[in-house]
Amino acid sequence: MPTKLAITGAAAVAHAMRQINPDVVAAYPITPQTPIVEYFAQFVADGVVDTVMVPVESEHSAMSAVVGSAAAGARTMTATAANGLALMFEIVYIAASMRLPIVMPIVNRALSGPINIHGDHSDAYAVRDAGWIQLMSENSQEAYDLTIIATKLAEREEVLTPAMVNLDGFITSHGVEGVEILDDEVVKDFVGQWEPKYPLLDVDNPITHGPLDLFDYYFEHHRQQQEGLKNAYKALPEVFAEYEKISGRKYDFLDLYKMEDAEYVMVVMNSAASTAKYVVDELREKGIKAGLIKPWVFTPFPKKEFLEALDGRKAVVVLDRAMSFGKEAPLYSLVKSALYEAKERPMIGSYVYGLGGRDVTPAMLHIPFEEAMKGELDPNEERYLGLKE
Amino acid sequence: MPNQKYFQYVRKDRLPNVWCPGCGNGIIMKSFIEAAGNLGLDKNKVAVVSGIGCSSRVTGYLDFNTLHTLHGRAIPFATGVKLARPDLEVVVMGGDGDMLAIGGNHFIHACRRNMDLTVILFNNTIYGMTGGQYSPTTPHEAIASTAPYGNLENNFDPVKMAISSGATYVARSTVYHYTQSVKYIEEAIKHKGMSVVEIVSNCHTYFGRYNGMSKPAQFMEYFKKSTVTLSKAKTMSEEELKGKIIIGEFHNDESRKTYLELYEELSEQLGGVAK
Repeated sequence: MPTKLAITGAAAVAHAMRQINPDVVAAYPITPQTPIVEYFAQFVADGVVDTVMVPVESEHSAMSAVVGSAAAGARTMTATAANGLALMFEIVYIAASMRLPIVMPIVNRALSGPINIHGDHSDAYAVRDAGWIQLMSENSQEAYDLTIIATKLAEREEVLTPAMVNLDGFITSHGVEGVEILDDEVVKDFVGQWEPKYPLLDVDNPITHGPLDLFDYYFEHHRQQQEGLKNAYKALPEVFAEYEKISGRKYDFLDLYKMEDAEYVMVVMNSAASTAKYVVDELREKGIKAGLIKPWVFTPFPKKEFLEALDGRKAVVVLDRAMSFGKEAPLYSLVKSALYEAKERPMIGSYVYGLGGRDVTPAMLHIPFEEAMKGELDPNEERYLGLKE
Repeated sequence: MPNQKYFQYVRKDRLPNVWCPGCGNGIIMKSFIEAAGNLGLDKNKVAVVSGIGCSSRVTGYLDFNTLHTLHGRAIPFATGVKLARPDLEVVVMGGDGDMLAIGGNHFIHACRRNMDLTVILFNNTIYGMTGGQYSPTTPHEAIASTAPYGNLENNFDPVKMAISSGATYVARSTVYHYTQSVKYIEEAIKHKGMSVVEIVSNCHTYFGRYNGMSKPAQFMEYFKKSTVTLSKAKTMSEEELKGKIIIGEFHNDESRKTYLELYEELSEQLGGVAK
């Protein structure tokens, strides 16, 4: 029987990790990721998991240790946020290129500078091209579910690609809410036993990981990484369906909220989607056909699904919780690009909100809808919600 | 009446500070302010550089040229400041996690180069800001949030580490030994070359709560009781020194040239402009 617990998002993720029971966890503390590792350290100390845990001396070492253990054949996890992820950066790419199915929760926090510890998506965007699968969660339940889903997906033979599970710093990681935890046995069966195909520890069949790869094969290896992401895209519906069987909770590439007849659509990731759903409800009460799309999957980017969901709508407003200086905001540019082949292209507008953890209010989220309804969207203008200037 | 001699070094509008009541960080900050006052430092001729952590917040309160940088990276930033402006007195402040774990490499290499920096190490033996994870100075078997049944690892001795890496002024004090702390900081600032002053401090909020010393006063008692001076320590056996904090000036050698001196010499030799 699943148990409902009132816990933080960090605790929910730690419970998912406990049930996944990785062989190795190496981590370094960074706000707001720390409680995940603390809860998990307690599980390790209490002997309820079989994990060897290494609290290393920096994130660079954490990701390096994790790559080493995953290459050795261990099921391996870590977790980080913002600057921790930035310090990991060079090995984040290496993990993906070595096709090591590491699972890493990212507690989204603004990248410095100036230093800020609160939530935005600049860290997730910074590694969007690193070759990892990126799953996005609105709340603690989703963070829990997607951590389990990520493990199953990353370890599939045709995928073998590391995965990040993103949850918003503080809002999700530190907020307490009801989370349904599946039975340990159910999760254990779902993720199964990790059986690496080419582990370093298989001394009878020696292999090498990460040797020099110049103009002879580097290109092919990168093309194959692209194949891994394509296969992840193909495998996702199957993994989601399997997860629905054990949990009753249905995931997809996109969370479509009141989209059936929606004319005005907001696209937003993670926790702000909860506020946006409330705003959509308010607009619906006034008879306005508003809807919302929240991607559960950011990489591989669900381009086809966006096209199908948005083609023919009156207007689309895309909200980004980070900027891409000198270029269009990341989610906006991807959604806009997905609409290239639309038969009836909607009006579209870009809105940046909540940087460095600035609060997101319903009043704020009404603005893009209002501007869309007045026909005031400009596809080439980046607008800002809640900016004090 | 607050003493103007000290208040000129403080950004009053940034107070009160974020530290827990009774935190040793305030004592160390005041030790530095007093040392600066005694030396009559011109605040515009001093740069204070910090990384990330509770103690690194100090650069927000001190009214010098200040730089609040990345986790572990205060020393490289400070090295850059010193190379660009050798006329400035460059002081680095930070904690044990910041300077000995994530930034440990920079610490030993600055010592090796004998960079003319003054490093004030706030050693509270834990990661305070992130919630009590064990650090490289957490004693073996002490409890931390990442070591609920005791720390398996052994701790660094920052003084030995600094000396063996090449620092030319090395001292240790505790937050209980305020007078000594002021004196060592003064000496460190005056010293030509890499100076390291370790000040053992209290994190009663995390380290203390986990290890039976949840009140700041308990730490003060502990520092008072378990500290021995270097001269006394020399007369004691290893067994007697177990669990003791040795304070004093461990190393003071101005015979070694600093990195900048060597750089200037080479520059002159090659016909460049020495500056």
